[in-house]
Amino acid sequence: MNNQELLEMEKNACKVRMYAIEGVFNAKSGHPGGSLSAADIITYLYFKEMNIDPKNPKAADRDRFVLSKGHCCPALYGALALKGYFPAEEIQSLRHIGAMLQGHPDMKNTPGVDMSSGSLGQGISAACGMALAGKYDKADYRVYAMLGDGECEEGQVWEAAMFASHNKLDNLCAIVDFNGLQIDGHVNEVAGLEPIDQKFESFGFEVIKIDGHNFDEIEAAFEKAKTVKGKPTVIIATTVKGKGVSYMENQVGWHGKAPNADEYKIAKEELEAQLRALEA
Amino acid sequence: MAETKKIATRESFGLALCELAKEHPEIVVLDADLAAATKTDIFKRAYPDRFFDCGISEGNMIGVAAGLAACGKVPFAASFAMFATGRAYEQIRNSVGYPHLNVKIAGSHAGISVGEDGATHQCCEDLALMRTIPGMVVLNPADHYEMTEAVKAAFLYNGPVYIRLGRLAIESFNDPEHYQFEIGKGITLEEGSDVTVIATGLVVNEALKAVRVLKEKGINARLINMHTIKPIDKDIIIKAAKETGKIITVEEHSIIGGLGEAVSSVTAEFCPVPVKKIGIDDIYGHSGPALGLLAEFGLDAAGLAKRIEALVKA
Repeated sequence: MNNQELLEMEKNACKVRMYAIEGVFNAKSGHPGGSLSAADIITYLYFKEMNIDPKNPKAADRDRFVLSKGHCCPALYGALALKGYFPAEEIQSLRHIGAMLQGHPDMKNTPGVDMSSGSLGQGISAACGMALAGKYDKADYRVYAMLGDGECEEGQVWEAAMFASHNKLDNLCAIVDFNGLQIDGHVNEVAGLEPIDQKFESFGFEVIKIDGHNFDEIEAAFEKAKTVKGKPTVIIATTVKGKGVSYMENQVGWHGKAPNADEYKIAKEELEAQLRALEA
Repeated sequence: MAETKKIATRESFGLALCELAKEHPEIVVLDADLAAATKTDIFKRAYPDRFFDCGISEGNMIGVAAGLAACGKVPFAASFAMFATGRAYEQIRNSVGYPHLNVKIAGSHAGISVGEDGATHQCCEDLALMRTIPGMVVLNPADHYEMTEAVKAAFLYNGPVYIRLGRLAIESFNDPEHYQFEIGKGITLEEGSDVTVIATGLVVNEALKAVRVLKEKGINARLINMHTIKPIDKDIIIKAAKETGKIITVEEHSIIGGLGEAVSSVTAEFCPVPVKKIGIDDIYGHSGPALGLLAEFGLDAAGLAKRIEALVKA
């Protein structure tokens, strides 16, 4: 992408991060770490990659996104709000009683959410079903599903992987947000996944490895995925958990904890400074 | 009236799917390597492009069904009741139930009448598990004609439905000329005033035979076929409680969480009367021929007649 596009993308990603942190802070709970690691790819999907229309969120021919790592919905909500699916004020009542924005994605009540998710391992199966429906209908839409690295410890992920490759779902693109951390510690210490690229390859996927915070690499990966025929693609994106908020980066403790008022102030200032630098 | 030809409700299910599919291209069928047993293979032969074998991965199958439903398809996903509702309970709860997606789940080989395969495959908990999921309709048809109509009704209902299928070939007792199926409406098969027997699924016909034997002995039992476990027909239960004063439930399912408890919760709240639950006590089944097991567990006509008579006279 050209410099102007890149700048816009970075600004949008920064705003998505601000929404994510704002939501988690006001909820006094939630999952900031994985939301921040996923923010760049989610931003790219909603602002460049996917064929979507916020005014017509149920359009039959739209591309679909399933956040299989549903706990990272603060980033998804940020992207949806920024894209205009719903008013940004909703972010402040995330996880509150009566709120539209639930602790995990709820397709029934949130415009733009294509699948309810949150129980790990399940979203990727639903994405397979959507891709299969697309094949059945001979429709052109594509289906994107984002997994966590820890989530890949769920057996269902590999059931779904076998299904996707057996059914030649080349309209399916999975993304693994490989931030290296899960609740109980480092992924390689809790229940190591490596070599995850070889695992997906042996399950019949086209595997693309990228830096999940580099938009040129993100763009190249999604572009390549569209050219792959006869098999699904997985983009394994190396990311930094907590990316963009200094004290959260690479810290296990920020998996599922909200910042207090002082911490929120720092996070907000840091992200605002990043945005100002991009706007300058 | 009743035909003598025996047919298992799993086969009735497969045939009904094929019939419905003619008019409705949105119907697709999924199975988990048990198509020959669940009888979705009937559909598979007729509509190979609309049948998806997920292999032995029930959790993924339910998720795929959810995704298909989210794109406007009406998927029927079948496996043994044990694996469909047990293994994949949480996938059904979170990927189908919570978003209220239009997925129909068929659990075959339910109850002890699986027979020789034994306890690991004799699912006596499926109705209980599915009842707990908000918005889930739970159907347990008793014969060929009822299954045929139940599959249609499940298709016409927009939301998740669980349908229990049996392995054992059984006689049909409903009259196809006059039979009408409505989700949530029990059917009175015999009038009576001494006691009400409420039965569901495969054992309805056994209960019918038992009630007729008891009539000859001067015991005037009402018999209700409760093909829908959820939403349960409160009106027919309350009426029966008021008019007959006691209720006996009969099911090929654990007495915990199934028909018996569904009925008891209605009577407890609206019209307290004694309710005796006949079913599988809090134990596992075991291997053996289906008919032998039904007799051993007291769920055949002879066993039911004896137990109902004893309870009425107690």
